Amino acid sequence: MKCQKCDKPATFHITELAEGNPQELHLCEEHAREYLSQSTPGQIEPGNVAAALAQQMAQQMAVGQTAEELARLDQQVCPVCGITFYDFRSQGRLGCPHDYTCFEEQLTPLILNIHGETEHVGKAPRAGAQASQQRTQLIQLRREMKEAIAEEDYERAGKLRDTIRRIEEEDELKKTSD
Amino acid sequence: MHSTLRAVPANRTCPLFPPEKRSHYHQGAALDLNDLTRNPGQWLRGSGPESDIVISSRIRLARNLADFPFVGQAAEADRRRIEEVLKNAVLGMEDASRLLYIEVDDLTGVDRQFLVERHLISREHAESQGVRAVAIDGGERFSVMINEEDHLRIQVMQSGLSLDETWAQISQIDDHVESKVTYAFHEKLGYLTACPTNVGTGMRVSVMLHLPALVLTRQIEKVFRSLQKISLAVRGLYGEGSQAMGDFYQISNQVTLGRSEADLIKQVHDIVPVIVDYERQAREFLIKESHENLHDRVSRAYGILRTAQTISSEETMHLLSSVRMGVNLGLIRDLEIPVLNDLLLKTQPAHLQKLTGVELDSSDRNIERARYLRSHLHGDSKDDGAEKN
Repeated sequence: MKCQKCDKPATFHITELAEGNPQELHLCEEHAREYLSQSTPGQIEPGNVAAALAQQMAQQMAVGQTAEELARLDQQVCPVCGITFYDFRSQGRLGCPHDYTCFEEQLTPLILNIHGETEHVGKAPRAGAQASQQRTQLIQLRREMKEAIAEEDYERAGKLRDTIRRIEEEDELKKTSD
Repeated sequence: MHSTLRAVPANRTCPLFPPEKRSHYHQGAALDLNDLTRNPGQWLRGSGPESDIVISSRIRLARNLADFPFVGQAAEADRRRIEEVLKNAVLGMEDASRLLYIEVDDLTGVDRQFLVERHLISREHAESQGVRAVAIDGGERFSVMINEEDHLRIQVMQSGLSLDETWAQISQIDDHVESKVTYAFHEKLGYLTACPTNVGTGMRVSVMLHLPALVLTRQIEKVFRSLQKISLAVRGLYGEGSQAMGDFYQISNQVTLGRSEADLIKQVHDIVPVIVDYERQAREFLIKESHENLHDRVSRAYGILRTAQTISSEETMHLLSSVRMGVNLGLIRDLEIPVLNDLLLKTQPAHLQKLTGVELDSSDRNIERARYLRSHLHGDSKDDGAEKN
Protein backbone atom coordinates (compact mmCIF):
# COMPACT_ATOMS: atom_id res chain seq x y z
CA MET A 1 0.00 0.00 0.00
CA LYS A 2 1.23 3.46 -0.90
CA CYS A 3 1.38 6.45 1.38
CA GLN A 4 -1.62 8.72 0.88
CA LYS A 5 0.64 11.75 0.58
CA CYS A 6 3.54 10.44 -1.51
CA ASP A 7 4.75 7.40 -3.42
CA LYS A 8 6.61 5.74 -0.57
CA PRO A 9 5.16 2.57 0.95
CA ALA A 10 2.70 3.22 3.77
CA THR A 11 4.14 1.76 6.95
CA PHE A 12 1.91 3.64 9.41
CA HIS A 13 -1.76 2.83 9.66
CA ILE A 14 -3.60 5.28 11.84
CA THR A 15 -7.23 5.17 12.77
CA GLU A 16 -8.69 8.53 13.75
CA LEU A 17 -12.03 8.86 15.48
CA ALA A 18 -13.69 12.04 14.33
CA GLU A 19 -17.17 12.44 15.82
CA GLY A 20 -17.50 8.70 16.03
CA ASN A 21 -16.54 8.00 12.42
CA PRO A 22 -13.33 6.03 12.18
CA GLN A 23 -11.08 7.36 9.48
CA GLU A 24 -8.21 5.26 8.19
CA LEU A 25 -4.92 6.87 7.28
CA HIS A 26 -2.08 5.11 5.58
CA LEU A 27 1.18 7.03 5.63
CA CYS A 28 4.90 6.62 5.16
CA GLU A 29 7.11 7.25 8.16
CA GLU A 30 7.90 10.83 7.27
CA HIS A 31 4.29 11.85 6.70
CA ALA A 32 3.11 9.91 9.73
CA ARG A 33 5.51 11.86 11.90
CA GLU A 34 4.36 15.10 10.39
CA TYR A 35 0.73 14.13 10.85
CA LEU A 36 1.17 13.02 14.45
CA SER A 37 3.12 16.09 15.44
CA GLN A 38 0.39 18.30 13.97
CA SER A 39 -2.46 16.43 15.53
CA THR A 40 -1.00 16.33 19.01
CA PRO A 41 -0.94 19.91 20.24
CA GLY A 42 -1.35 18.87 23.86
CA GLN A 43 -4.95 19.98 24.34
CA ILE A 44 -6.05 16.42 23.78
CA GLU A 45 -7.46 15.17 27.02
CA PRO A 46 -5.98 13.84 29.17
CA GLY A 47 -2.81 15.68 28.38
CA ASN A 48 -0.09 14.26 26.28
CA VAL A 49 -0.36 10.65 27.25
CA ALA A 50 -3.03 9.83 24.70
CA ALA A 51 -1.05 11.58 22.00
CA ALA A 52 2.19 9.91 22.96
CA LEU A 53 0.36 6.64 23.05
CA ALA A 54 -1.09 7.13 19.60
CA GLN A 55 2.39 7.75 18.37
CA GLN A 56 3.72 4.65 20.04
CA MET A 57 0.85 2.71 18.56
CA ALA A 58 1.47 3.95 15.09
CA GLN A 59 5.10 2.96 15.37
CA GLN A 60 4.22 -0.48 16.69
CA MET A 61 1.63 -1.17 14.09
CA ALA A 62 4.05 -0.19 11.41
CA VAL A 63 6.17 -3.27 11.71
CA GLY A 64 5.16 -5.21 8.64
CA GLN A 65 1.48 -5.44 9.40
CA THR A 66 -1.08 -5.22 6.68
CA ALA A 67 -4.39 -3.45 7.13
CA GLU A 68 -6.10 -6.88 7.28
CA GLU A 69 -3.86 -8.02 10.11
CA LEU A 70 -4.49 -4.77 11.90
CA ALA A 71 -8.22 -5.20 11.52
CA ARG A 72 -8.00 -8.72 12.92
CA LEU A 73 -6.02 -7.55 15.96
CA ASP A 74 -8.37 -4.63 16.44
CA GLN A 75 -11.45 -6.81 16.59
CA GLN A 76 -10.16 -9.12 19.27
CA VAL A 77 -12.43 -8.95 22.33
CA CYS A 78 -11.53 -9.38 25.99
CA PRO A 79 -13.79 -12.11 27.39
CA VAL A 80 -13.69 -10.53 30.85
CA CYS A 81 -14.61 -6.86 30.29
CA GLY A 82 -15.77 -6.98 26.68
CA ILE A 83 -13.62 -4.24 25.16
CA THR A 84 -11.94 -4.70 21.81
CA PHE A 85 -8.36 -3.83 21.12
CA TYR A 86 -9.72 -1.13 18.85
CA ASP A 87 -11.49 0.38 21.89
CA PHE A 88 -8.18 0.53 23.68
CA ARG A 89 -6.48 2.11 20.70
CA SER A 90 -9.08 4.83 20.50
CA GLN A 91 -9.33 5.57 24.23
CA GLY A 92 -5.77 4.86 25.31
CA ARG A 93 -7.14 3.09 28.39
CA LEU A 94 -7.57 -0.61 29.03
CA GLY A 95 -10.82 -2.08 30.31
CA CYS A 96 -9.72 -4.54 32.99
CA PRO A 97 -6.67 -6.37 34.37
CA HIS A 98 -7.27 -9.32 32.05
CA ASP A 99 -6.63 -7.13 28.99
CA TYR A 100 -2.93 -7.41 29.73
CA THR A 101 -3.23 -11.16 29.23
CA CYS A 102 -5.64 -11.35 26.30
CA PHE A 103 -4.06 -8.49 24.32
CA GLU A 104 -0.55 -9.61 25.19
CA GLU A 105 0.46 -10.02 21.58
CA GLN A 106 -0.44 -6.41 20.78
CA LEU A 107 0.65 -4.87 24.08
CA THR A 108 4.08 -6.40 24.48
CA PRO A 109 5.78 -4.34 21.74
CA LEU A 110 3.96 -1.23 22.96
CA ILE A 111 5.08 -1.78 26.55
CA LEU A 112 8.60 -2.45 25.38
CA ASN A 113 8.53 0.79 23.44
CA ILE A 114 7.29 2.84 26.42
CA HIS A 115 9.43 1.30 29.15
CA GLY A 116 12.28 -0.40 27.35
CA GLU A 117 11.55 -3.45 29.49
CA THR A 118 8.84 -6.08 29.76
CA GLU A 119 9.33 -7.45 33.25
CA HIS A 120 8.46 -5.90 36.57
CA VAL A 121 11.15 -5.52 39.19
CA GLY A 122 10.29 -4.33 42.67
CA LYS A 123 7.47 -4.42 45.16
CA ALA A 124 4.81 -7.13 44.94
CA PRO A 125 1.68 -7.72 46.99
CA ARG A 126 1.91 -10.59 49.44
CA ALA A 127 -1.13 -12.28 47.92
CA GLY A 128 0.75 -12.54 44.62
CA ALA A 129 -0.36 -12.77 41.03
CA GLN A 130 -2.48 -15.89 41.34
CA ALA A 131 -4.86 -14.38 43.85
CA SER A 132 -5.22 -11.42 41.55
CA GLN A 133 -6.04 -13.60 38.54
CA GLN A 134 -8.63 -15.55 40.45
CA ARG A 135 -10.23 -12.34 41.63
CA THR A 136 -10.35 -10.94 38.11
CA GLN A 137 -12.54 -13.90 37.05
CA LEU A 138 -15.21 -12.30 39.18
CA ILE A 139 -15.58 -9.47 36.67
CA GLN A 140 -16.56 -11.95 34.00
CA LEU A 141 -18.77 -14.02 36.29
CA ARG A 142 -20.67 -10.95 37.50
CA ARG A 143 -21.16 -9.81 33.94
CA GLU A 144 -22.45 -13.24 32.90
CA MET A 145 -24.77 -13.32 35.89
CA LYS A 146 -26.23 -9.96 34.92
CA GLU A 147 -26.75 -11.23 31.38
CA ALA A 148 -28.38 -14.43 32.62
CA ILE A 149 -30.78 -12.40 34.74
CA ALA A 150 -31.58 -10.17 31.79
CA GLU A 151 -32.35 -13.28 29.73
CA GLU A 152 -34.41 -14.66 32.63
CA ASP A 153 -32.18 -17.71 32.79
CA TYR A 154 -32.42 -17.91 36.57
CA GLU A 155 -30.95 -21.37 36.88
CA ARG A 156 -27.72 -20.23 35.23
CA ALA A 157 -27.78 -16.98 37.20
CA GLY A 158 -28.09 -18.96 40.44
CA LYS A 159 -25.15 -21.18 39.58
CA LEU A 160 -23.04 -18.17 38.70
CA ARG A 161 -24.03 -16.48 41.96
CA ASP A 162 -22.85 -19.53 43.91
CA THR A 163 -19.52 -19.58 42.10
CA ILE A 164 -19.05 -15.87 42.76
CA ARG A 165 -19.83 -16.33 46.45
CA ARG A 166 -17.44 -19.24 46.75
CA ILE A 167 -14.55 -17.23 45.29
CA GLU A 168 -15.36 -14.21 47.44
CA GLU A 169 -15.57 -16.27 50.61
CA GLU A 170 -12.32 -18.09 49.91
CA ASP A 171 -10.70 -14.74 49.54
CA GLU A 172 -12.19 -13.31 52.71
CA LEU A 173 -10.87 -16.32 54.57
CA LYS A 174 -7.39 -15.80 53.17
CA LYS A 175 -7.39 -12.12 54.05
CA THR A 176 -8.50 -12.69 57.64
CA SER A 177 -6.12 -15.59 58.24
CA ASP A 178 -3.13 -13.48 57.20
CA MET B 1 -19.35 28.99 52.90
CA HIS B 2 -19.27 25.28 52.13
CA SER B 3 -19.37 23.95 55.62
CA THR B 4 -20.57 20.50 54.68
CA LEU B 5 -17.15 18.91 54.44
CA ARG B 6 -16.10 17.14 57.55
CA ALA B 7 -13.42 14.76 58.60
CA VAL B 8 -14.41 11.21 59.15
CA PRO B 9 -12.68 9.97 62.28
CA ALA B 10 -11.04 6.82 61.00
CA ASN B 11 -11.67 4.71 64.06
CA ARG B 12 -15.39 5.24 63.61
CA THR B 13 -15.65 3.69 60.19
CA CYS B 14 -17.48 0.47 59.63
CA PRO B 15 -19.06 -1.29 56.67
CA LEU B 16 -22.42 0.08 57.77
CA PHE B 17 -21.64 3.52 56.50
CA PRO B 18 -24.76 5.12 55.09
CA PRO B 19 -24.19 5.01 51.35
CA GLU B 20 -25.32 8.53 50.61
CA LYS B 21 -24.07 11.84 51.89
CA ARG B 22 -21.05 10.09 53.26
CA SER B 23 -18.83 13.08 53.13
CA HIS B 24 -21.25 14.85 55.44
CA TYR B 25 -20.77 12.31 58.13
CA HIS B 26 -18.82 13.65 61.04
CA GLN B 27 -18.28 13.26 64.69
CA GLY B 28 -16.35 15.13 67.32
CA ALA B 29 -13.70 17.61 66.25
CA ALA B 30 -14.38 18.26 62.59
CA LEU B 31 -11.89 19.24 59.98
CA ASP B 32 -13.09 20.93 56.84
CA LEU B 33 -11.75 22.58 53.75
CA ASN B 34 -11.76 25.93 55.48
CA ASP B 35 -9.19 24.61 57.96
CA LEU B 36 -6.94 23.76 55.04
CA THR B 37 -7.36 27.27 53.67
CA ARG B 38 -5.65 28.75 56.67
CA ASN B 39 -2.58 26.53 56.40
CA PRO B 40 0.12 26.61 53.80
CA GLY B 41 0.17 22.85 53.16
CA GLN B 42 3.02 20.49 53.78
CA TRP B 43 4.73 20.81 50.42
CA LEU B 44 4.95 24.61 50.61
CA ARG B 45 6.47 24.81 54.06
CA GLY B 46 9.68 25.99 52.46
CA SER B 47 11.94 23.87 54.62
CA GLY B 48 14.05 20.81 53.99
CA PRO B 49 17.31 20.32 52.13
CA GLU B 50 17.99 22.72 49.21
CA SER B 51 14.58 24.31 49.80
CA ASP B 52 15.55 27.55 48.05
CA ILE B 53 15.39 25.65 44.76
CA VAL B 54 13.77 22.32 45.60
CA ILE B 55 10.18 23.08 46.55
CA SER B 56 8.82 19.64 47.25
CA SER B 57 9.09 15.90 46.74
CA ARG B 58 6.16 13.75 45.77
CA ILE B 59 5.55 10.08 45.07
CA ARG B 60 2.34 8.58 43.77
CA LEU B 61 1.32 4.97 43.36
CA ALA B 62 -1.37 3.74 40.97
CA ARG B 63 -3.28 0.67 42.12
CA ASN B 64 -6.37 -1.20 40.98
CA LEU B 65 -8.63 -3.77 42.54
CA ALA B 66 -8.33 -7.14 40.81
CA ASP B 67 -12.06 -7.82 40.70
CA PHE B 68 -13.42 -4.73 38.96
CA PRO B 69 -13.07 -3.27 35.49
CA PHE B 70 -10.76 -0.27 35.30
CA VAL B 71 -12.49 3.05 36.01
CA GLY B 72 -13.13 3.97 32.37
CA GLN B 73 -14.98 0.71 31.79
CA ALA B 74 -16.75 0.51 35.17
CA ALA B 75 -20.51 0.99 35.30
CA GLU B 76 -21.95 3.36 37.90
CA ALA B 77 -22.76 0.49 40.29
CA ASP B 78 -19.19 -0.83 39.95
CA ARG B 79 -17.76 2.60 40.67
CA ARG B 80 -19.85 2.84 43.79
CA ARG B 81 -18.72 -0.60 44.94
CA ILE B 82 -15.06 0.27 44.24
CA GLU B 83 -15.43 3.48 46.22
CA GLU B 84 -17.00 1.64 49.13
CA VAL B 85 -14.31 -1.05 49.27
CA LEU B 86 -11.43 1.41 49.04
CA LYS B 87 -13.00 3.90 51.42
CA ASN B 88 -13.22 1.25 54.11
CA ALA B 89 -9.66 0.15 53.43
CA VAL B 90 -8.27 3.69 53.54
CA LEU B 91 -10.22 4.87 56.55
CA GLY B 92 -9.23 1.75 58.44
CA MET B 93 -5.68 3.03 58.79
CA GLU B 94 -4.54 3.22 62.38
CA ASP B 95 -2.89 6.61 62.16
CA ALA B 96 -5.63 8.12 60.01
CA SER B 97 -7.27 9.93 62.88
CA ARG B 98 -7.45 13.21 61.02
CA LEU B 99 -8.53 12.14 57.59
CA LEU B 100 -10.84 14.34 55.59
CA TYR B 101 -12.94 12.16 53.30
CA ILE B 102 -14.67 13.90 50.44
CA GLU B 103 -16.93 12.78 47.62
CA VAL B 104 -15.70 14.97 44.82
CA ASP B 105 -19.09 15.10 43.10
CA ASP B 106 -20.57 16.83 46.15
CA LEU B 107 -18.11 19.71 45.90
CA THR B 108 -18.68 23.07 44.29
CA GLY B 109 -16.47 24.05 41.39
CA VAL B 110 -14.47 26.40 43.60
CA ASP B 111 -13.79 23.68 46.16
CA ARG B 112 -12.62 21.29 43.48
CA GLN B 113 -10.32 23.91 42.03
CA PHE B 114 -9.10 24.65 45.54
CA LEU B 115 -8.00 21.02 45.97
CA VAL B 116 -6.28 21.09 42.59
CA GLU B 117 -4.38 24.25 43.53
CA ARG B 118 -3.16 22.49 46.67
CA HIS B 119 -2.09 19.44 44.63
CA LEU B 120 -4.45 17.27 46.66
CA ILE B 121 -6.37 16.07 43.62
CA SER B 122 -5.53 16.06 39.92
CA ARG B 123 -7.28 18.26 37.39
CA GLU B 124 -8.64 15.11 35.82
CA HIS B 125 -10.17 14.07 39.14
CA ALA B 126 -11.71 17.51 39.59
CA GLU B 127 -13.20 17.62 36.12
CA SER B 128 -14.32 14.05 35.48
CA GLN B 129 -17.74 12.69 36.35
CA GLY B 130 -19.28 9.89 38.37
CA VAL B 131 -18.62 8.48 41.82
CA ARG B 132 -15.15 9.46 42.95
CA ALA B 133 -13.56 10.56 46.18
CA VAL B 134 -10.47 11.77 47.92
CA ALA B 135 -9.15 11.18 51.42
CA ILE B 136 -6.85 13.90 52.66
CA ASP B 137 -4.55 13.78 55.64
CA GLY B 138 -5.13 16.76 57.94
CA GLY B 139 -1.48 17.80 57.69
CA GLU B 140 -1.72 17.38 53.89
CA ARG B 141 1.18 14.98 53.90
CA PHE B 142 -0.78 12.57 51.77
CA SER B 143 -3.96 12.20 49.79
CA VAL B 144 -5.67 9.20 48.28
CA MET B 145 -7.82 9.55 45.18
CA ILE B 146 -10.45 6.93 44.52
CA ASN B 147 -11.78 6.34 40.99
CA GLU B 148 -9.39 8.65 39.24
CA GLU B 149 -7.79 7.09 36.14
CA ASP B 150 -7.03 4.10 38.34
CA HIS B 151 -9.13 2.82 41.24
CA LEU B 152 -6.58 4.12 43.69
CA ARG B 153 -3.98 6.85 43.43
CA ILE B 154 -2.00 7.33 46.62
CA GLN B 155 0.29 10.32 46.88
CA VAL B 156 2.65 11.52 49.59
CA MET B 157 4.22 14.98 49.57
CA GLN B 158 7.09 16.47 51.53
CA SER B 159 8.74 19.84 51.56
CA GLY B 160 12.25 19.98 50.04
CA LEU B 161 14.19 17.01 48.69
CA SER B 162 13.12 14.06 50.78
CA LEU B 163 12.33 11.09 48.60
CA ASP B 164 13.39 8.23 50.86
CA GLU B 165 11.14 9.37 53.66
CA THR B 166 8.33 9.95 51.19
CA TRP B 167 8.75 6.41 49.88
CA ALA B 168 8.74 4.92 53.38
CA GLN B 169 5.44 6.64 54.09
CA ILE B 170 3.70 5.78 50.87
CA SER B 171 4.81 2.18 50.96
CA GLN B 172 3.32 1.89 54.42
CA ILE B 173 -0.04 3.25 53.26
CA ASP B 174 0.13 0.91 50.26
CA ASP B 175 0.82 -2.08 52.55
CA HIS B 176 -2.12 -1.17 54.69
CA VAL B 177 -4.57 -0.99 51.78
CA GLU B 178 -3.11 -4.19 50.33
CA SER B 179 -3.86 -6.03 53.56
CA LYS B 180 -7.56 -5.25 53.05
CA VAL B 181 -8.03 -5.76 49.30
CA THR B 182 -6.66 -7.76 46.35
CA TYR B 183 -4.67 -5.60 43.97
CA ALA B 184 -4.55 -6.30 40.25
CA PHE B 185 -1.05 -7.74 39.88
CA HIS B 186 0.58 -9.70 37.07
CA GLU B 187 3.46 -12.06 37.60
CA LYS B 188 5.50 -10.54 34.80
CA LEU B 189 4.09 -7.03 34.46
CA GLY B 190 3.66 -6.09 38.11
CA TYR B 191 0.87 -3.75 39.22
CA LEU B 192 -1.68 -3.45 36.43
CA THR B 193 -2.95 -0.01 35.52
CA ALA B 194 -5.56 1.40 33.16
CA CYS B 195 -2.87 2.97 31.01
CA PRO B 196 0.17 0.88 30.04
CA THR B 197 2.38 3.91 30.70
CA ASN B 198 2.00 3.26 34.46
CA VAL B 199 2.25 -0.53 34.56
CA GLY B 200 4.91 -2.22 36.73
CA THR B 201 5.59 -0.23 39.85
CA GLY B 202 2.69 2.15 39.15
CA MET B 203 4.98 4.76 40.61
CA ARG B 204 5.65 8.36 39.67
CA VAL B 205 8.41 10.08 41.62
CA SER B 206 8.54 13.82 41.16
CA VAL B 207 10.45 16.74 42.52
CA MET B 208 9.30 20.32 42.05
CA LEU B 209 12.04 22.80 41.31
CA HIS B 210 12.16 26.57 41.04
CA LEU B 211 14.47 27.39 38.12
CA PRO B 212 14.17 31.11 37.30
CA ALA B 213 17.85 31.66 36.45
CA LEU B 214 17.93 28.77 34.00
CA VAL B 215 14.87 30.28 32.33
CA LEU B 216 16.41 33.78 32.27
CA THR B 217 19.68 32.55 30.81
CA ARG B 218 17.77 30.44 28.27
CA GLN B 219 19.42 27.22 29.33
CA ILE B 220 16.27 25.50 30.47
CA GLU B 221 15.58 23.85 27.10
CA LYS B 222 19.02 22.29 27.17
CA VAL B 223 18.35 20.86 30.61
CA PHE B 224 15.02 19.45 29.43
CA ARG B 225 16.58 17.78 26.44
CA SER B 226 19.23 16.07 28.50
CA LEU B 227 16.62 14.91 31.01
CA GLN B 228 14.51 13.44 28.24
CA LYS B 229 17.50 11.47 27.03
CA ILE B 230 17.62 9.64 30.33
CA SER B 231 13.83 9.19 30.21
CA LEU B 232 12.93 11.72 32.85
CA ALA B 233 9.90 13.89 32.15
CA VAL B 234 9.55 17.60 32.79
CA ARG B 235 6.14 19.04 33.57
CA GLY B 236 4.70 22.33 34.73
CA LEU B 237 3.40 23.26 38.15
CA TYR B 238 0.18 21.29 37.78
CA GLY B 239 1.50 18.20 36.06
CA GLU B 240 0.71 16.77 32.69
CA GLY B 241 0.06 19.34 30.00
CA SER B 242 0.19 22.30 32.37
CA GLN B 243 2.17 25.46 31.80
CA ALA B 244 5.36 26.02 33.71
CA MET B 245 3.91 28.87 35.72
CA GLY B 246 6.34 31.02 37.62
CA ASP B 247 9.38 28.99 36.55
CA PHE B 248 8.28 25.97 38.58
CA TYR B 249 9.00 22.61 37.02
CA GLN B 250 8.38 19.03 38.03
CA ILE B 251 10.97 16.42 37.16
CA SER B 252 9.71 12.86 37.21
CA ASN B 253 10.38 9.34 36.00
CA GLN B 254 8.74 8.31 32.75
CA VAL B 255 9.45 4.61 32.94
CA THR B 256 7.57 2.54 35.52
CA LEU B 257 8.40 -1.02 34.43
CA GLY B 258 11.58 -3.04 34.72
CA ARG B 259 13.20 -0.90 37.39
CA SER B 260 12.61 -1.20 41.11
CA GLU B 261 11.09 1.58 43.19
CA ALA B 262 14.45 2.15 44.86
CA ASP B 263 16.09 2.46 41.45
CA LEU B 264 13.55 4.91 40.13
CA ILE B 265 13.80 7.03 43.26
CA LYS B 266 17.58 7.01 43.08
CA GLN B 267 17.56 8.21 39.50
CA VAL B 268 15.47 11.26 40.33
CA HIS B 269 17.28 11.79 43.62
CA ASP B 270 20.67 11.77 41.89
CA ILE B 271 19.71 14.14 39.11
CA VAL B 272 18.21 16.84 41.35
CA PRO B 273 21.53 18.09 42.82
CA VAL B 274 22.89 18.34 39.28
CA ILE B 275 20.03 20.59 38.18
CA VAL B 276 20.21 22.55 41.43
CA ASP B 277 23.87 23.11 40.71
CA TYR B 278 23.12 24.36 37.17
CA GLU B 279 20.56 26.75 38.59
CA ARG B 280 23.05 28.04 41.17
CA GLN B 281 25.67 28.55 38.49
CA ALA B 282 23.17 30.46 36.36
CA ARG B 283 22.30 32.64 39.37
CA GLU B 284 25.96 33.34 40.05
CA PHE B 285 26.46 34.21 36.43
CA LEU B 286 23.56 36.67 36.52
CA ILE B 287 24.81 38.26 39.76
CA LYS B 288 28.29 38.64 38.33
CA GLU B 289 27.54 39.59 34.74
CA SER B 290 24.36 41.60 35.03
CA HIS B 291 23.92 42.50 38.65
CA GLU B 292 22.09 45.77 37.96
CA ASN B 293 19.71 44.20 35.51
CA LEU B 294 18.91 41.38 37.86
CA HIS B 295 18.52 43.68 40.85
CA ASP B 296 16.31 45.94 38.79
CA ARG B 297 14.15 43.09 37.60
CA VAL B 298 13.69 41.72 41.11
CA SER B 299 12.99 45.14 42.63
CA ARG B 300 10.46 46.05 39.96
CA ALA B 301 8.68 42.77 40.48
CA TYR B 302 8.54 43.45 44.20
CA GLY B 303 7.37 46.99 43.55
CA ILE B 304 4.50 45.89 41.31
CA LEU B 305 3.35 43.23 43.74
CA ARG B 306 3.27 45.79 46.56
CA THR B 307 1.45 48.50 44.70
CA ALA B 308 -0.73 46.97 41.98
CA GLN B 309 -4.47 47.64 42.19
CA THR B 310 -5.49 44.79 39.91
CA ILE B 311 -3.37 41.83 38.89
CA SER B 312 -3.88 38.48 37.15
CA SER B 313 -2.91 35.15 38.59
CA GLU B 314 -0.39 34.61 35.83
CA GLU B 315 1.39 37.91 36.35
CA THR B 316 1.42 37.34 40.09
CA MET B 317 3.05 33.97 39.67
CA HIS B 318 5.60 35.40 37.28
CA LEU B 319 6.51 38.29 39.62
CA LEU B 320 6.54 36.16 42.75
CA SER B 321 9.03 33.93 41.00
CA SER B 322 11.41 36.87 40.47
CA VAL B 323 10.96 38.06 44.04
CA ARG B 324 11.57 34.56 45.34
CA MET B 325 14.90 34.44 43.53
CA GLY B 326 15.65 37.94 44.83
CA VAL B 327 15.14 36.79 48.40
CA ASN B 328 17.35 33.74 47.85
CA LEU B 329 20.12 35.94 46.46
CA GLY B 330 19.89 38.50 49.23
CA LEU B 331 18.64 41.23 46.89
CA ILE B 332 15.49 41.53 48.97
CA ARG B 333 16.04 41.35 52.68
CA ASP B 334 12.72 41.96 54.34
CA LEU B 335 10.90 38.86 53.15
CA GLU B 336 10.94 35.20 54.08
CA ILE B 337 10.56 32.31 51.64
CA PRO B 338 7.63 30.72 53.51
CA VAL B 339 5.71 34.02 53.13
CA LEU B 340 6.26 33.86 49.37
CA ASN B 341 5.33 30.19 49.15
CA ASP B 342 2.16 31.03 51.00
CA LEU B 343 1.36 33.88 48.60
CA LEU B 344 1.97 31.62 45.60
CA LEU B 345 -0.83 29.42 46.80
CA LYS B 346 -3.24 31.93 48.25
CA THR B 347 -3.31 34.24 45.26
CA GLN B 348 -4.61 31.47 43.03
CA PRO B 349 -8.23 31.79 41.93
CA ALA B 350 -9.97 29.25 44.17
CA HIS B 351 -7.86 30.15 47.21
CA LEU B 352 -8.74 33.80 46.89
CA GLN B 353 -12.41 32.94 46.74
CA LYS B 354 -12.17 30.62 49.73
CA LEU B 355 -10.35 33.32 51.70
CA THR B 356 -12.86 36.02 50.91
CA GLY B 357 -15.76 33.62 51.29
CA VAL B 358 -17.56 34.74 48.15
CA GLU B 359 -17.48 33.71 44.52
CA LEU B 360 -15.69 36.33 42.46
CA ASP B 361 -15.50 36.76 38.73
CA SER B 362 -12.16 37.17 37.06
CA SER B 363 -11.94 40.98 37.26
CA ASP B 364 -13.05 41.06 40.91
CA ARG B 365 -10.49 38.37 41.64
CA ASN B 366 -7.76 40.51 40.11
CA ILE B 367 -8.70 43.41 42.38
CA GLU B 368 -8.93 41.17 45.44
CA ARG B 369 -5.62 39.52 44.56
CA ALA B 370 -3.88 42.91 44.38
CA ARG B 371 -5.39 43.89 47.71
CA TYR B 372 -4.26 40.63 49.27
CA LEU B 373 -0.72 41.06 47.95
CA ARG B 374 -0.49 44.65 49.18
CA SER B 375 -1.62 43.75 52.65
CA HIS B 376 0.78 40.82 52.92
CA LEU B 377 3.79 42.56 51.44
CA HIS B 378 3.28 45.63 53.67
CA GLY B 379 3.60 47.73 50.54
CA ASP B 380 1.62 50.72 51.74
CA SER B 381 3.67 51.69 54.77
CA LYS B 382 7.13 50.28 55.31
CA ASP B 383 9.96 50.76 52.90
CA ASP B 384 11.92 47.74 51.75
CA GLY B 385 15.43 46.42 52.19
CA ALA B 386 16.01 46.13 48.51
CA GLU B 387 16.29 49.84 48.06
CA LYS B 388 18.31 50.54 51.16
CA ASN B 389 21.53 48.89 50.09
